[in-house]
Amino acid sequence: MTMMTASDDTATKQAKRPSVDFKTIGPALALLILCVIGFMLNPAFVSEGNLTNLLTRSAFIGIIAVGATFVITAGGIDLSVGSMAAAIAGVMIIIMNGAVETMGTGLATVLLGCGCALVLGIGAGWINGALTTKGKIEAFIVTLGTMGIYRSLVTYFADGGTLSLNFDIRGTYRPVYYDSFLGLPYPVWVFICVAICGWLLLNRTAFGRYCTAIGSNEAVAKYSAINVDRVKTLTYVIQGLCVAFATIIYVPRLGSASASTGVLWELEAIAAVIIGGTVLKGGYGRIGGTILGALILTTIGNILNFTDLISNYLNGTMQGLIIIVAVFLQRSDWKLGKSK
Amino acid sequence: MNVEPATPAAIIEAVNISKSFGPVPVLFSVSMDVRPGEVHALIGENGAGKSTLMKILSGFHDPTSGQIRLDGEKTALPANGGAESLGIVLIHQELNLAEQMTVEENVFLGREIRSKGFLDKAAMRAAVQTYLDEIGLDISPTDRISDLTIAQKQMVEIVKAVSRNARILIMDEPTAVLTEEETDVFFRQVEKLKKSGVGIVFVSHKLNEVKTIADRVTILRDGQWIDTRASNDLTPDMMAQMMVGRELSDLYPPMHEADIDAELVLEVDNLVAPGVGPVSFALRKGEILGFSGLIGSGRTAVFEAICGLNPIEGGSIKLFGRDAGPMTVAAARDQGLAYLTKDRKEKGLLLDKQMQPNLTLFALPKFVKNFGLDRKAEEDALNRAIRRFDVRAKDRNITVGKLSGGNQQKLLLAKIMECDPKIVIIDEPTRGIDVGTKQQIYHFIAALAAEGVSVVVISSEMPEIIGICHRVVVMREGHITGVLTGDHINENEIMRYAAGLKREDLQ
Repeated sequence: MTMMTASDDTATKQAKRPSVDFKTIGPALALLILCVIGFMLNPAFVSEGNLTNLLTRSAFIGIIAVGATFVITAGGIDLSVGSMAAAIAGVMIIIMNGAVETMGTGLATVLLGCGCALVLGIGAGWINGALTTKGKIEAFIVTLGTMGIYRSLVTYFADGGTLSLNFDIRGTYRPVYYDSFLGLPYPVWVFICVAICGWLLLNRTAFGRYCTAIGSNEAVAKYSAINVDRVKTLTYVIQGLCVAFATIIYVPRLGSASASTGVLWELEAIAAVIIGGTVLKGGYGRIGGTILGALILTTIGNILNFTDLISNYLNGTMQGLIIIVAVFLQRSDWKLGKSK
Repeated sequence: MNVEPATPAAIIEAVNISKSFGPVPVLFSVSMDVRPGEVHALIGENGAGKSTLMKILSGFHDPTSGQIRLDGEKTALPANGGAESLGIVLIHQELNLAEQMTVEENVFLGREIRSKGFLDKAAMRAAVQTYLDEIGLDISPTDRISDLTIAQKQMVEIVKAVSRNARILIMDEPTAVLTEEETDVFFRQVEKLKKSGVGIVFVSHKLNEVKTIADRVTILRDGQWIDTRASNDLTPDMMAQMMVGRELSDLYPPMHEADIDAELVLEVDNLVAPGVGPVSFALRKGEILGFSGLIGSGRTAVFEAICGLNPIEGGSIKLFGRDAGPMTVAAARDQGLAYLTKDRKEKGLLLDKQMQPNLTLFALPKFVKNFGLDRKAEEDALNRAIRRFDVRAKDRNITVGKLSGGNQQKLLLAKIMECDPKIVIIDEPTRGIDVGTKQQIYHFIAALAAEGVSVVVISSEMPEIIGICHRVVVMREGHITGVLTGDHINENEIMRYAAGLKREDLQ
């Protein structure tokens, strides 16, 4: 009898483990399957050139999505990141172009531009955070508003056209996007650094625990001596900082900013977060999953580029399907867990 | 369990019901029956199987073995609330009302009266008004649920059940959140229902109430049926003993005399806050100070203001002789002042998280080492807390929401004590928990005071205030109406101050 219950115990434990693991490895599995499909459709998919390209492309969304993981884990949402990136890019270009006369076209000007981008990112994030916490307005509404504001600002700065970076500065700045270190392009290194810092911050610090607690139940957080407003504001500041990093590595790619810069990035970032297993209503966040989510989204586009099986115009359709399927799998997984 | 010949046949009978969840058996061959027009109380410690039995009686769970007989015939109850159509209604502890809708909309939710495809509001309103009049509830059918008191919401649930021609009404701790006055009103409604032939099953941890209202009592312990008896044959003490299976003479720990010359650790002078004041009182080292009064008398508001959870509008606070003024919750904690909420599910614990993050959340800065969290220290803290507070969980990775109420309360206590407070305010320390756990918590509070920690106990249960407190402050409508010591601490005195019949001229 005791033997029976003991073996039953292990049986339920074993039955439980895959369901927990599935949530963790699900996105990784999906990415692997995508890569296999990519390889079968066109072996050039796994060429070094294509893989570095893929990683570089996912860096923008990936970095922004790391920030979004914090915001969403703490129960918020930030819709303004795409517009914010465009606005920061625009202001950065104006500042660098304006500094040419006094500072020349060297490294100093680029650093000035990057510094301004970081300050702008932090400032824009703080505005979003302060309006949601001190202003007590829904995050959705606040960032919907700032999304419109930032987008229209960049259109205004560019006078409806395109802001172009001074040609000589472009030469100085160019390596940030196009050059490599140890075989990996710089954007990928930035992505890796942001990801590691993000993971440590969310999983190994009190701040990360506070984000999770707030997203899980704000009242409990308040009664547990957590400064809810400050932590929530900080998540938006982190988001702003991530947007600034993404912009800094994005500007040298084209050397310009316009009203169409960063369009729909917010949705791609949120999609990456959700595909990665973070819960949209907050309380449970996974940086590792977010990174996989960003890679999955970029891989889909990449594969469609490589094959004429499906039109490249259907990229959005494929991404949309993946998001829905990913969330559905997470849901049914929970159901199974509960019925036990 | 001899049945008198005159008693009517049972409406519903549970015969030799057993139930297991996976490999875990919860009920062992339990039998119970409910007759028309009787109140049948179901009592037992947390985890004794009361909830499971109730859910089986109302069709939310299927029994693993045994049968349910409805009007003498074996039936399989339809699942998921389908049993309502057979007249069996379960009223959950967490009331099941749509907060933003009106009384009338709630009562008819899902079976609205229609005429020509549109809602017949007039007919529904009239019907609901009739029910409200019958039951003697002074609210309007067009009142929004969110504007009602908890007691009124409960009555709306009952109206809803009655409007569905309920023959059996199963209620899970209906009085847990009611004041004594509200409970009286509630019991009057129950009497009316009884007269109309409804059979009522109710679960309560308040044994005095069980004695007052129940006709028969079924006692469960560890999933076993212990006895079913007429309540006239039982005293609350006997019930407690049968529930626990041992003598419970020492429910309250022996009272240590408080040192009346001990230093003052908390001095509150003319504190004004939303819904409070001005109030003044002082707390000594090692003292257990009770705060009594009706629900809504401002007891919780006083301490939420002191601990920085709500703004202070005036007055001064001295901690350990120093001016403290308005503090954040974190600052209060760092100075050794901690508040344990009465609302453990909404404000106390993260129900979807495991025990460990919950335990260390309040004192988390203590666990920071080199900017990161010291996971080893957190793990050690959990081991210590489980031992010290006797938290019983089959699996320590279980989410807190799945723990029983008593274990949740112990975990919450452990969470607050993790920061080693010098002054701890415990709001409703034993709400909705069984008598065995209550006893543990009382002894723990007494031990704390003996160690020199000052404890404030806010409670609506007078016996516990009387049983463990050195001094009792009574509040009414945001003001302190009396401070009782020694022999003056008794139900009569407290009630007179709480109800406003007596008022001390303080200062």
